[in-house]
Amino acid sequence: MKPSHPASDPRQLLEQMLLIRAYEEAIVSGSAAGKMPGTCTSVGQEAAAVGVVNALAADDLILTNHRSAGHLLTRGADPGRLLAEVMGRRDGYCKGRSGSLHISAKELGVVLTSTIVGAELSLAPGVALSQTMLGRPGIVVCFFGDGAACEGSFHESLNLAALWNLPILYVCENNQWQAFVHRREAMSREHVADWAAAYGIPARTVDGNDVFAALAAAQAAAAEVRDSRRPYLLETCTYRTRGHLEPDDQGYVDQAELAAWLARDPIAACRDRLLADGSLTPAQAAALSDRVSTRIAVAQAFAEASPFPAAEELCRDVYA
Amino acid sequence: MPTLTLYDAVGAALTEEMRRDSSVIAFGEGIATKRHELVDEFGGLRIRNTPLAEGIIAGTAVGAAATGLRPVVDLLFAPFLCYAMDELVNSAGKLRYLSGGQFSFPLVTLAMTGAGWGVGAQHNHNVEAWFVHSPGLKVVMPSTPADAKALLKSAIRDDNPVLFFLDIGLLYQPGEVPADEQTLPLGRATVLREGHDVTLVSYGKTVQHCQQAAETLADHGIAAEVIDLRSLKPLDEAAILTSVGKTGRLVVVHEANRLCGIGAEIAALVAEQAFASLKAPIIRLGGPDAPVAASYPLEQASVPQASAIAAAAARLCAAQPA
Repeated sequence: MKPSHPASDPRQLLEQMLLIRAYEEAIVSGSAAGKMPGTCTSVGQEAAAVGVVNALAADDLILTNHRSAGHLLTRGADPGRLLAEVMGRRDGYCKGRSGSLHISAKELGVVLTSTIVGAELSLAPGVALSQTMLGRPGIVVCFFGDGAACEGSFHESLNLAALWNLPILYVCENNQWQAFVHRREAMSREHVADWAAAYGIPARTVDGNDVFAALAAAQAAAAEVRDSRRPYLLETCTYRTRGHLEPDDQGYVDQAELAAWLARDPIAACRDRLLADGSLTPAQAAALSDRVSTRIAVAQAFAEASPFPAAEELCRDVYA
Repeated sequence: MPTLTLYDAVGAALTEEMRRDSSVIAFGEGIATKRHELVDEFGGLRIRNTPLAEGIIAGTAVGAAATGLRPVVDLLFAPFLCYAMDELVNSAGKLRYLSGGQFSFPLVTLAMTGAGWGVGAQHNHNVEAWFVHSPGLKVVMPSTPADAKALLKSAIRDDNPVLFFLDIGLLYQPGEVPADEQTLPLGRATVLREGHDVTLVSYGKTVQHCQQAAETLADHGIAAEVIDLRSLKPLDEAAILTSVGKTGRLVVVHEANRLCGIGAEIAALVAEQAFASLKAPIIRLGGPDAPVAASYPLEQASVPQASAIAAAAARLCAAQPA
């Protein structure tokens, strides 16, 4: 499967967000029922993923992290193979070895996914160095969170990318949570974008819950990286509305803050806007939801039918 | 045959491999400064200095290796690898497996270690066993300039991440190096001296100490076999087992801490697979469970010397077979 073409129809953006939500909700209920392992979801952050990934070209390379469902699905990943991977099955993108946490799909240009917070930032300059030295046109897009921005690797990565003129679009999905710690308790600044200036890297923040704003900002940022062959940092401001790792009762979350962000749900906002401006009818909205539900049901059936890896797989692919 | 130091043999291997394959690049802490002749030949894009930031150097190598380049990185001193552990262990060593074999990581990490310069424990710490314990990585530590050149060439051509340790005490010792572009397979030990009474297994600078001990033992009528492992992973188990099968006695010697060192693994290997051949207990000689001091006598005392090796081997040979 090749990376999917960027969506131009706003209804497609909505459908992609619905697919991410339905996919992650299937995992949440699957894990509650004891059929799947717990995962780190990106519920509430769908617009940030869909907006940015739709701004990319097919030959761009993506590095992501443990909250990768939105990046993978928007890039065209098959939800059946993703669910198979989450369930440790043979037909998963990584033959069931990754589980949910480190899914790479080289065929989609999603490379070197690491769940070590900040590792994506460590690896990105090398991927960009390959693009540059081997004369490849694609830029490198590195998705990380505000938690990773507090790792030393963030600062080392930005310094080297600026020093070596590496074509990296750094995308910080600031979801306000660093595992079980609120961003306020862990960051000296309000925004990760503030730190980019120290390295001479242009940066901006955008509302990560507005898919159209995120798409426009990412298109401009990607164009700048493509033209300048230099790094750029885009911070999508959003909110992780579920816990760090399912199951999570979120007892540590300020309920007023959570309610305020739930009221700004990116999917509801997009749907309401499309209904209001007439580009979507209620019947079309219902059809989109139905189509997504069907895809997830088919994906789930595929994943459940996929066998577990054979015992001989235990030590395969350790060495080249 | 030309004579080179181990340091220059590393440069010769880099030069030959960079001429051979345009995807080979090298970067690290001062590599373009110290090896400016490589910059002259290959230009400042393929040979680069970096910030003193081992994590991002190693991470950049890992990312580049997975996407088409063959980087060699110089992280200077082995204790600095602590800053690069995540990139080497969690990324280079694991992401091939975790991705279901989608990526390979052809990269070489150079690091100096060992007694010789009185630099103290934050520049001298033989940490090679840590990487043997980490899946997905290969580990090499040569004891001669010729081996260093031939093994580094193989390490650069290998599709796996290789930790390549340079013994500080051997770095500027000259040795004959074949002029041709010879390579040596990783994972193959060499028998430097044949003998039938006792096997001395080592790597790095203590190989020379074993050879000196073998001379002393010969004077006392004991024929010691000396094996230089050269690679710690893959480990040439067959070479060790064959030798112990012949001699029935084993002394494993290394500068690294004895506790959970390579010697423990080799002793266990022999106990598991060649117990019936043993005529005496296995002896491990290694560094103490202490950081290495800068003071010259203390630094030297942390390294198994020839006299101690000879005494241990003689003790084994004096013991009666069970």
